Parts: sequence; C-alpha cells; structure tokens
Amino acid sequence: MDIAEVSRNTKLFINNAPFIVEDVKFVKPGKGRGMYYLKMRNLFDGTTRDQTYHSGDKVEEVHVTSHAMQYLYKEGDHYVFMDNETFEQHHVPKERLGTRIQFIKEGFAVAVMVMEGKVIDITLPKFVELAVVTSSASTKTDTVTAQNKVVSLETGATIAVPSFVKEGDIIKVDTRTNTYVERVSTKR
Amino acid sequence: MPQDDSSRLSRLKPNLKLRTLILDGIRDFFRSEGFLEVETPLHVKTVAPEQYISPFTVDDWFLSTSPELHMKRLLAAGYTQIFQICHCFRKSERGQLHNPEFTMLEWYRVGADYMRIIEDTEKLVLAIAKKLHLGSTIRYQGIEIKLKRPWHRIPVREAFLDSAGWDPFEQHDPERFDIDLVEKVIPGFPKNRPTVLSDYPAAMASLSRLKPGNPEVAERAEVFIGELEIANAYSELTDAAEQEQRFKRELESIKRHEKHDITMPQRFLEAVARLPQCGGIALGVDRMVMLFCDASSVDEVIAFPWEEV
Repeated sequence: MDIAEVSRNTKLFINNAPFIVEDVKFVKPGKGRGMYYLKMRNLFDGTTRDQTYHSGDKVEEVHVTSHAMQYLYKEGDHYVFMDNETFEQHHVPKERLGTRIQFIKEGFAVAVMVMEGKVIDITLPKFVELAVVTSSASTKTDTVTAQNKVVSLETGATIAVPSFVKEGDIIKVDTRTNTYVERVSTKR
Repeated sequence: MPQDDSSRLSRLKPNLKLRTLILDGIRDFFRSEGFLEVETPLHVKTVAPEQYISPFTVDDWFLSTSPELHMKRLLAAGYTQIFQICHCFRKSERGQLHNPEFTMLEWYRVGADYMRIIEDTEKLVLAIAKKLHLGSTIRYQGIEIKLKRPWHRIPVREAFLDSAGWDPFEQHDPERFDIDLVEKVIPGFPKNRPTVLSDYPAAMASLSRLKPGNPEVAERAEVFIGELEIANAYSELTDAAEQEQRFKRELESIKRHEKHDITMPQRFLEAVARLPQCGGIALGVDRMVMLFCDASSVDEVIAFPWEEV
C-alpha cells in the first residue's frame, strides 16, 4: 500500500515482523516532499519503533486479527486452540508460545492473534487460577507477603509463594509478571 | 471513529466565528490597499506541474491546486493589484497541519518584488490582530509571539549553515533540504517572532525569478510563525521560455515518479510572456486562523475536515 493510506491502527509487515501503527505525523514543506513520521509497536514483542517515510513510499500491509479462543489440549509438540466463533481448530507449535505455556490449562480462554491465517501470538488472561501440586516444606514462619518458597503448579510451572501455601491449594497467578497474587482456596 | 457531529460542531463555534472575522479582516485590509478581489475557476484543465503537489482529477480535468496560473493571466491582461480567497485541493495531504481541501489567500502586486510582498504580509497580520483586539502580541501554544514589524529575516544559506551545518547552494540535495528544514532549521527560528526565510537555491525557484545579477539565488521567501509555515512569496518569473523549461523538468519527474498525468499549461505560458514585473504570495488561511485561535490542529478551525465530510 501507499504510505499515504497508512493511518493509526494500520498493521504493517517490516523485517518479518508485524507492527501496529500507533501514530502518524504528516509533515510537508509547501513545495517539498511529504514526510510521514510513524510510531509503531511490534506485535510480537511489544517493542516500539519510530520510522520516517516519504510520500510515494510503498509499505506492506498485513492482516492481523485477534480472536477469542479456548485452549483444548496438547497434541505432541503442538497446542490445540479452538476459535469460539467459528469452532475452527488451530495447531500451534510449542516454540511459538514461549514461556507463556507454563500457565496454560485446558479450557482456558485466550486471545489469539492471527496473521494471514496463521497463529502468531496468544495472550493469556491476566490472572489465572491454578492448583499447587507439590510444595516443599518452609522452614520460616508464615508471613503475609514474603514469598519464600517455590511450588509446582498443575501446568508444570514453578512459582514463588508465601510459606502458608500448601499442596492442593488453588492460587491466583499474574501471567504478565509470572508472580503469585493470592490464595483462592485451600484444602481442608 | 466518527465523532458526534453536533457536539463537535458546537465546540468549534468560537473558532469558526473568529475565522469569519479574520476573513473580514483580510478583505478590509486589501480593499484599503486598493486591491480588487477576484475569483478564478476551481475546476481546471491543468495545474502548475509540481512534483510534490498532486491534483485530484475530475473526469479529464483537475481540481485547482492553486489559483496562481489564472491570477497571473489577469495580471498579464492589465490588472495591477488583485487578491483572492479560495479553496485549493491537494491529494494525500492530510495531517495535523494539512487537509486535502484548504483555504488559500493569494495576492499580487504589479511593480513589487518578494520583499515588498513580505511587507504586505507583516501589515496584513498586524491588521488582523488589531481587528481581533489582540494588539501586536499573541500567544500560540503557550509561547508569546510579538508580531511587530519588521519580522526576523534570514537567508536560506545562513539558516542552513547555522542549524543544519551545510550549504544547500553547494550541495543540491532536495530530500535532505526538506528533512533538515523540518527537523533542524524551522525549530531553530526565534520562538517569539515571525521569521522570513528567503533567497532559495535556484533549483528550488518554482515560479519565482532569479535574483538579477545573482542567478544562483531565487527571489522566494517563506513566512513562519510559531513554527507554522504560513506563506510563500515570489518575485514572479516573467520569462516565458524559462518558465516553460522549468515546467518541462517538473513534468518529466512527475512522469517518472507519480501516477497522474498533467499537460503543459499553454495558456498560462502565453500570459507569462506579457506578465509585467510583479510580486505575489500564497498564504494558508487555515494556518493563520489556527495561529489566532491558538489551535494545534487544522481540524479545530474548519467545520468539516476530510474524515467528517
């Protein structure tokens, strides 16, 4: 597409990565060539990029859409997601999901980014509730805030928690920071 | 997302009222100076060939990008002091300071050169400030600007050597010129005074004449107030052969780079042969209204910007 057609929220494909345009500033000396100062965010890693284009420049538009999906199950090295609207199933290779897979559990609702028909990224809910499966004994006295022991969760993730958290407890985890938030319930 | 029309339009009302007063002020000023207000067509057979100004096409014709060609035909026919306020159309020019349809003020004075026209501009802006009861100091985007004449004048060579560190007369690099103009030279102008950037390299003369006795300099000047590019003045080129040569070069580069196809403005060239020595200027009315309304975007001074049409 022509650079003149780019506006806020246009998605561009630059150096093998999709970018969303967050701001376009058009500047043109009366008799001179128009310049477009673009502020963009990389949809893969969230980093920002500033780039200047000139009138007449061509850029590659990319169709990236976000879909609500549900994680179904793991099949070999792939994770299978189902589109809540179309019921279409997508097989996503493990490596594309990075470290996020450590908090994903069957049935979870996720936002999946699809570029030209291919899944490129998933966003987990900000908070997920997971069961503690193994817990090492804490030697310290219980406190409210100190996260002083490490437990394993049902998805295989390990996380630091306060010492009062026990095996079988359900805890809330912040998936953006990979940290413990609170205990949701405890086994009697 | 389109906004609700009525809330947007009522918010604009104070600015649109000020805009009308400014238009009245322009007319008052030129009438008192003995100018004749003229009207020229917006739907035109051809436009001045300029590589970086793209016209809209309507059937096989164009929407006017500037009234200059027809106004000069009037001058060639014996009109001596004329002005016009009209809409102009330039494709793909959209941003905080641009709307593809905008309002231009042009005036021409037979016998004048570009600096005489700059004096008109100083007087006009002061006359409008007076009409709006603002005195000679205004505030634009938090900065006080003293409009008192004479405005700061700086030649292109000096401004570029000062702020960008190179001489556009030594190196011909239009691309670098535009980038440095925007990023270095304009931000280097004094904040609290209007600035007149003058004496462009001959390659950027456009429709202006070269300085008699110094053909590397074009008698062209631009006015900047509060970092807004407000107007572009020329001592007008009256040499038809030279004008045709320049248009030919522009047409060739348009053919190479752009999609539109425009024809040589023959009737204008015939008029240039009879054009008396004169000076003229094109002033962006929307930008001037922005200045007096303390508006940061052109969308705040026109009722229906591009996306709201």
